[in-house]
Amino acid sequence: MAEELKKTPLYETHLKYGGRIIDFEGWALPVHFTSIKEEHHACRNAAALWDVSDMGELLIEGPEALDLLQMLLTNDISKGYPGRVIYSPMCYPNGGVVDDMMVICLKNGGYLLVINAGNIEKDYEWVSGAARYFRDVTVKNISKETAEVALQGPNSERILQRLTNYPLSEMKYYHGAEDVYVDGIKCLITRTGYTGEDGFEVYCDAADGPALFDSIMEAGQDDGLVPAGLGCRDTLRFEASMPLYGQELDANHGPLGAGLGRFVAFGKGTFFVGAKALMEEREKGLKAKLVGLEMLERGIARTGYKVFDESGSKELGYITTGSYVPTLDKNLAMAYVPVDFSQLGTKVTVDVRGKKVLAQVVKMPFYRREAKKK
Amino acid sequence: MTYPADLKYTKTHEYARVEGNIAYLGITHYAQDQLGDIVFVEAPEVGREFRAGEVFATVESVKAVSDCYCPVSGKVVKVNEKTADSPELLNQDPHGQGWICAVEMSDPSELDDLMDSETYEKHAAEGGGHH
Repeated sequence: MAEELKKTPLYETHLKYGGRIIDFEGWALPVHFTSIKEEHHACRNAAALWDVSDMGELLIEGPEALDLLQMLLTNDISKGYPGRVIYSPMCYPNGGVVDDMMVICLKNGGYLLVINAGNIEKDYEWVSGAARYFRDVTVKNISKETAEVALQGPNSERILQRLTNYPLSEMKYYHGAEDVYVDGIKCLITRTGYTGEDGFEVYCDAADGPALFDSIMEAGQDDGLVPAGLGCRDTLRFEASMPLYGQELDANHGPLGAGLGRFVAFGKGTFFVGAKALMEEREKGLKAKLVGLEMLERGIARTGYKVFDESGSKELGYITTGSYVPTLDKNLAMAYVPVDFSQLGTKVTVDVRGKKVLAQVVKMPFYRREAKKK
Repeated sequence: MTYPADLKYTKTHEYARVEGNIAYLGITHYAQDQLGDIVFVEAPEVGREFRAGEVFATVESVKAVSDCYCPVSGKVVKVNEKTADSPELLNQDPHGQGWICAVEMSDPSELDDLMDSETYEKHAAEGGGHH
């Protein structure tokens, strides 16, 4: 490896639990501990724990923090209140996506933006650049000082509750709490995730990351908890049809085509970057739309493979993500195609290494967990 | 012994199990371990001919697509139909039930260019070169 890989505060922890380390966009992270399929099933049926400290965190504080975010983000952050978590794309003036993120509303009126690992520098430049037009707002990149673990799966609440006095059953989806002690470690907890399952994302000081991981693993040993890697992090989010920056979203693919229109608050009453372009796109109609595909013949569509019409003569678009998915036991894909080809049931073909393989447009999300019984 | 002594191995992690003039081909334990959960095997059709070193099959795991290079020249006479429905056989029993296809060898002397199990085991232990 030419360059030294970046390590999260939990690098030694991955080795201790037997993780197979790979180069993930410059980060040394485990692809799996036992197998992608096993870890995927564990998350759907019991629980799985990830180190997601590669994710970035920007802290936005000051009286004008909300104004800055209302200008940069497409969603309406004024709907937030301490403890609320809001998902939002952040767009360029042309409507393409800089990044997509979670906005955690803090007690002091500030916000924690949780951003994609590959976009940390770019986002920091973008957000702090915009902040220069404001008088009273600070932007701090606290990515290196922060560890984050994701505990996901139906047994998550029971496992985490063993380590804290905070009443987790009262924490609703897309909500969170600050200064919660988890086995004595001060944490920020949100009920969020990237797997399609119930679960929590837990943030703490980088130095406390390894101890937090160990504590949760121990608390979950009788509940089927396994350490999990990047492999199933991707198959789980893909099976739940959640977009990944760099694949479904990028500078050329905006939120509307990706099916994220509900996170674009045109009516929020303030100008936001990208509003004009997105409004025009909405009025004129989308050029391409993200659709789900199920392979009808043998073959797996992979990222970048080209999509054609049923006859195989007209090129329509390309696969953004494609994989075998363990829970549904199918070969599925997501692809950008012209709106005329986005109707459910439309037959298309995918060029799988020179062979046209038949596929069909199917509903997303591919997988949705059953509603929680209460 | 991870690598059976009666098999012959390639640097690119395929093997040939020879029975008379027929060679059963597959990928090694090292290859399946590197790939992880195998979910798709694209085996060749019976009757196709391959030269040693040509791609004769493609194996896909959840994350990766990997070409398999023919250890010896020959014509495909049998395909392991079980791998279509149970590609995990390549993980569970790569050197046995997880064979991919069998070829009738056109030049059995090519077997001399392959590695024996002891040499291959060392090759795999050293990281296996570039797969």
